[in-house]
Amino acid sequence: MTHLLEITDLKVAFPTDDGLVQAVDSVSLSVGPGETVALVGESGSGKTVTSLSVIGLHNRKVAQLSGSIKISDGDEIVDIISAPDEQVRSLRGRVVSMIFQDPMSSLHPFYRIGDQLAEAYLVHHPKKKKEAMDRAIEMLELVDISEPALRAREYPHQFSGGMRQRVMIAMALMNDPKVLIADEPTTALDVTVQAQILTLLADLQKKLNMGILLITHDLGVVAQVADRVSVMYAGRIVEEGGVDDIFYNPLAPYTLGLLKSVPRIGGESTQRLTAIPGQPPSLITLPTGCAFAPRCPYVSLAPDGSCAKIRPDLLGAHPDHLSRCHIPESVRDISFAAELKGARR
Amino acid sequence: MVQFLTRRVFYAALTILIVSMVVYGIFSILPFDPAALTCGQRCTPQIIEGNRIKLGFDQPIYLQYWHFFLGIFAGRTYGSGTAAFSCPAPSFGYSFNENACVTNLLAEALPVTLSLALGAFILWIVVGVGLGLIAAKFRGKIPDTASSVFVLLGTSLPTFVTGLALLIWVSIKWKIIPITLSGYVSLFNDPVGFLTYFILPWITLAIAFAAFYTRFTRAIVLETLGEDYIRTARAKGLTERVVLIKHTLRSVLAPITTSAGLDFAGLIGGAIITETIFNLPGLGRLTLRSVFEFDLPVVVATTILAAAVVIVMNLVVDMLYAVLDPRVRLQ
Repeated sequence: MTHLLEITDLKVAFPTDDGLVQAVDSVSLSVGPGETVALVGESGSGKTVTSLSVIGLHNRKVAQLSGSIKISDGDEIVDIISAPDEQVRSLRGRVVSMIFQDPMSSLHPFYRIGDQLAEAYLVHHPKKKKEAMDRAIEMLELVDISEPALRAREYPHQFSGGMRQRVMIAMALMNDPKVLIADEPTTALDVTVQAQILTLLADLQKKLNMGILLITHDLGVVAQVADRVSVMYAGRIVEEGGVDDIFYNPLAPYTLGLLKSVPRIGGESTQRLTAIPGQPPSLITLPTGCAFAPRCPYVSLAPDGSCAKIRPDLLGAHPDHLSRCHIPESVRDISFAAELKGARR
Repeated sequence: MVQFLTRRVFYAALTILIVSMVVYGIFSILPFDPAALTCGQRCTPQIIEGNRIKLGFDQPIYLQYWHFFLGIFAGRTYGSGTAAFSCPAPSFGYSFNENACVTNLLAEALPVTLSLALGAFILWIVVGVGLGLIAAKFRGKIPDTASSVFVLLGTSLPTFVTGLALLIWVSIKWKIIPITLSGYVSLFNDPVGFLTYFILPWITLAIAFAAFYTRFTRAIVLETLGEDYIRTARAKGLTERVVLIKHTLRSVLAPITTSAGLDFAGLIGGAIITETIFNLPGLGRLTLRSVFEFDLPVVVATTILAAAVVIVMNLVVDMLYAVLDPRVRLQ
C-alpha cells in the first residue's frame, strides 16, 4: 500500500426511530505521505462521520459500518472496520490522530495542559512519565507557545482559543502519527488566527511527512492547503480531483454551486451572493436518482430524465478528476468553466 | 487565596450573627409570655414575676439578645444569691421545661444526629453515585432499567413509609435486626450495638437520598460523556476505563460534592421524621418536642444551630469546589 490511509467503499448508517440514516455512502479516498486531502461539503454531508470512522470513534453497537479503512502501521496494514476494538484503540493517537473543530471545549477543564499532553504520550509509552512531560513541553514549543515549561502547568481556561487549538495540534502530534485528521480545525477561530494555524499545520506536515485529511466547508482553507479535494454531498463523494481542477474546472453541478456562492473580494458590492436553491435531502429518504437533482439547475442538459431516475456513478475522462453527473462531461467541461468565469468577473 | 478565605469566613460569621438576631427577634415577638411558660399550672403571679427577672425577660429585647449573645462566649448565671444557677460557656440559654442548660440538651442530641446523618450520608453516596454510574454505563440495558425502578420507588416512598416498613418487617416480623431498647450507645463504647441501633434509620434516610443521587449522577455522567473533551480523551487512545474514571468521574465529582454537602448540612438540622419513627433522641426530636412544649430557648438554639451548619457547609463546599475545579480558583 503506497498510501497511509485508504478508504474503500465506506458506508456508515445509523438506525433511528424514523428509519435508517445513510450518513456515508460508498466513499473512497486515500491519503499519501506528505499529502493533504480535503473533504469538502456542507453541514450534514457526512464529512465528520467519515472522519470519525477513520479514527474508529463510532459506537459500533449503534453505527453500521461496511467497506474498509486501511491504515498502515509500520509494516502492518490494519482495517479499522474489521479490526478488534483494542487494536483500533492502540492506533489512535499513535498512528492516526485527530484535531477537532472546537478547541474551547476539546480540552478537559480540570487538568493541566502539560498533563493532558503527557497523557497522550503515556498511553502508548507506559511508565515514561518524565519523558512524556519533556515531550509535552517540546511539542508546546513546536506549536509556538512561548514559555512552554511554564504554560504546561496552566489550565485550559488560561489559554485563548487559538492557543488551545495549538495545544490540540501538539496533543495530536505527541506520538508522531502518520495520519492527521483535522476536522474543521479553524472554524471556531478568527481569521488571523486561522491563517496562523494553517501555516503551522503545513510546516509541521513538511517536518513530519504526515498525511492530512482535512475536513472543512471553507473553500478558502481548501485553496490554501489542499493537494487533492473530495467534495461530498448527501453522504457521497460527488467530485474528486486536484485542487486546481476543482477550483478552475469543476465538473459536478454541486461543486460549481459551492464555488459560485463564495463571496469575492473586489467584486461588485451590490451583487448578491449566489446561493444553491433548496435544502439538502433527508438522508433517510434519498431521491431515487441523483441526490442533487432536486436542486440542480442543469437537469435539462442531461439525457432525458436520467437525473431523476438513475444514480450517477463517479466517473471521469481523466482518472484523476472524477465526478457524479449524467450530463455529458464534454458539455459540463465547457459550460461550467465559462459560467464560473462569468461569476468571478 | 488567604485573603479570599478570610473574607468568606468573615461573611459566614456575619450571616450567622444576623440569622441569630432574626431568629431571636421572631421568637420574642410571639404572643407568649416566656416567663409564664417557666412554671406549671399551679403558678402564682409572684413566681412568674420572679422568673421573669431571674431570666432577664423584664429587660428590653436588645438587652436580652445581648445577654444571650454574651452567654455563648462567657456563660451565663441566672438569679442571684443562693437560688442562683449558671450555664457555662457556650451557653444558649436555660430550658425550664427540662430544667437544664440548652447547651447540655444540644450536646446530648448532637452525637445522635451526627451519627445518623454521617452514616446515612456515606450509604447514600456509595449507593447513589455507584448506581448512577452503573446506570449510565449500561444505558438502556437491564441495570439502567433496574436502577430507574429504584429511583422511582426511592423518590416516591416517604421516609415514614420506608421507615415503618423496615421496622415492621426487618425488626418485628423477621427479627433480623433487633430493636434496641437501651437507647443510644456510642460507636466507641459498643460498635455492634451502635450499628444495630443505627442501621435501619440509616437505610431509611439513605433510600430517599440515594434515589435522587442515582438519577443525578446518571444524568451528569451521560452529559459529561457527550462532552468534546471526552471525545478528545478517546482520540488519544485511552482505554474506556480511563476515560470513565479519570476524565468523566473527575468532572462529575464537582456538582455531586456541592449537592451532597448541602444535603448533609440539611440533615444535621435534624431528620425529624426518621428520628421520630426510630425513637432516636437527636436534634430533630429535640426541636419537635420543644416546639410542641413552647420551650422557646431550645427552639431558638436548634434553629440557629441548623442555620449555622448550613452556612458553614456552604463555605466548605465552596472551598472544596475550588480544589476540584481550577476555573474557580482565584489567583
